Amino acid sequence: MQITSPAFKSNVAEALADPHLQKALHFTRPRFPERRAAAVAALPEFETLRDIGRDIKNHTLANLDFYLEIWADNVEKSGGQVHWCATADDARAAVLAICQRVGAKTVTKGKSMISEELGINEHLEKHGIEPVETDLGEYILQIRGEGPSHIIAPAFHLNREDWEESFRKTHTDLPADRVFGERRDIMVEARTILREKFIAADVGITGANFLIAETGSSVIVTNEGNGDLTQTLPKVHIALASIEKLVPTLEDATSLLRLLARSATGQDFSVYTTFSTGARRPDDLDGPEEYHVVVIDNGRSAMIGTEFQDMLRCIRCAACMNHCPVYFTVGGHSYGWVYPGPMGSVLTPSLIGVEKAGHLPNASTFCGKCESVCPVKIPLPKLMRHWREREFERHLTPGAMRNNLAIWGWFARRPQLYRAATRVAAWGLGLLGRKRGRFSWLPFAGGWTDGRDLPAPEGDTFFARYARQQRHKS
Amino acid sequence: MSRDAILGAIRRGLRRGPLPDDQKLALRARLDAHPRHLIPARSQVPRPAQVALFIANVEKEFGSVTRVPTLADVPGAIADYLAAGNLPAHFAMAPHPELMDLQWALLQPRIGRAQPSDLVCLTQAFAGIAETGTLMLPAEPTRPTTLNLLGDIALVVLRASRIVGPYEDAWNWLRARHDSTTGGFMPRNVMLVTGPSRSADIESTLELGAHGPRQLHIVLVDDDPAAIA
Ligand code: SF4
Repeated sequence: MQITSPAFKSNVAEALADPHLQKALHFTRPRFPERRAAAVAALPEFETLRDIGRDIKNHTLANLDFYLEIWADNVEKSGGQVHWCATADDARAAVLAICQRVGAKTVTKGKSMISEELGINEHLEKHGIEPVETDLGEYILQIRGEGPSHIIAPAFHLNREDWEESFRKTHTDLPADRVFGERRDIMVEARTILREKFIAADVGITGANFLIAETGSSVIVTNEGNGDLTQTLPKVHIALASIEKLVPTLEDATSLLRLLARSATGQDFSVYTTFSTGARRPDDLDGPEEYHVVVIDNGRSAMIGTEFQDMLRCIRCAACMNHCPVYFTVGGHSYGWVYPGPMGSVLTPSLIGVEKAGHLPNASTFCGKCESVCPVKIPLPKLMRHWREREFERHLTPGAMRNNLAIWGWFARRPQLYRAATRVAAWGLGLLGRKRGRFSWLPFAGGWTDGRDLPAPEGDTFFARYARQQRHKS
Repeated sequence: MSRDAILGAIRRGLRRGPLPDDQKLALRARLDAHPRHLIPARSQVPRPAQVALFIANVEKEFGSVTRVPTLADVPGAIADYLAAGNLPAHFAMAPHPELMDLQWALLQPRIGRAQPSDLVCLTQAFAGIAETGTLMLPAEPTRPTTLNLLGDIALVVLRASRIVGPYEDAWNWLRARHDSTTGGFMPRNVMLVTGPSRSADIESTLELGAHGPRQLHIVLVDDDPAAIA
């Protein structure tokens, strides 16, 4: 997928000015948190399970080499093949080689973020193989030539009219005057068209939510059933998985599954949670004859042992972005690559470099909501702060910002002066904003006020108020 | 080679070489014991309540359940369901002994895997998980995977004695299985199915019947005296 993260600022400007996007964001924003909250409220053990989830992932990461070897042995014992790929190039080559060996013309695909990261579709197309995305959201994006804007709801930025228009343009075999009365009609049309593709495909490629060392299984989680059709109907199933998807046992996977759907869509469990282990057995009536797992590093191992290791616990539930005020103001495409929102702000600089993705960890209000909902307790704000520090150390921070930070630093080291200056500022702003309680415009602060209002200070500084309260107490 | 490169990079990150033997032994012991973590209390209830929880969760997720006293009542329940939905009397059926032994009378099951043209498919469930109303459907020669996916209507026969509380109990049953091809216990594919297929990809609004079945109907056979309230 093409990287536009360096242009984050202009991406954001476009996103804020896009009424269609803003409509979709506005519509969806409250839904995700409401659904998650309801699912969490119905499971009193949820908080304890978060600790367990964190511990399972930490235990696996601390012994990742050991568990990977066990897992690979078990894949091979069950008749599957493991393809170890250190880089994205290796992974693309491995997938292509399998497809070419079996003479594949079309390949169906289940939703997979790692596939986006690797650019599998582009690579297959370049070699004359047609990839077909089968997740409804991914399918419409493929038609429109767009990337996903969310890791579990890839096309939520589109409105119904966008779907209708794209379907009319693409499905030209169907009567031009057909009516899409309801959303359901759109879905039925996609279902019918994709059924043919499922049946015709030579190879099915899926991602993996988990790999299980104990059994050599890969696990996918979907609601549509497209991932299952993708991996069941063709002769060959290829699962793409990065190394940190591994967990030791079925029990470990089960505990994480209790967290995943609740954190993601607010379901207690997704509709289809499917464990694949090896290829079709001699007496089976269906299923693929070949089962391959392409296991990918592509920058993960370099995070181990660094302050970013915690990020490898991520189970890609999307709770962090679903609760992020920045994400729901600028949308997913602004982040400029595969992984948006708080998890992307930490992961993207690790994978493509902080030179390219330095804006992302800066796009945070540090409200802390992401960390508070993360099912595996990744300290996302802290990790973003680490990136800011690294960026600053490497002099990647822009000059104006360095200057402003230097000015702030000068004042901050002189508390008397700092308090005097903030007192004047708070008093002045408080006076100006007295009527409305907030500003929709301020000189030099357009970057803030274009997307949201700045609350006006109430005429006092924090220090002054704190001191007053302390006096009251004593 | 990529394998060594990846394992080497991980070990460098962890600032150690390959694990020493005693630590390997400890990790192998953990794999062999596959310890359970916290099991939510909601499914740790007496048998009748467990079955009721299973049914309530299936219905919450837009599935439906008919309870019948014996296996012999299954064809009648299915005939009623098909008639009520104006559905044809022919369907694809898993070659599972539990289903094969039944008297299908006027219904016309075709034994085998599902074909893309099948409107209705019938299979047999290995287990039901009360915690979330989930069916466990492991692939076997007698339980082809396509039957779970290709029909518009998925029908599943489940015996009440096969309903457990948490997933872990169902895994334990599966662990007792032996796969002669691999020497392990996992079949090629194990599907955990909770309700009919759905998508919220169009304007974040839920629609049933995305790529898989639009309806999931379970015929629950009350073969467990302890589970009858
Ligand atoms: S960082 Fe946490 S909340 Fe965000 S996607 Fe990953 S697991 Fe979910």
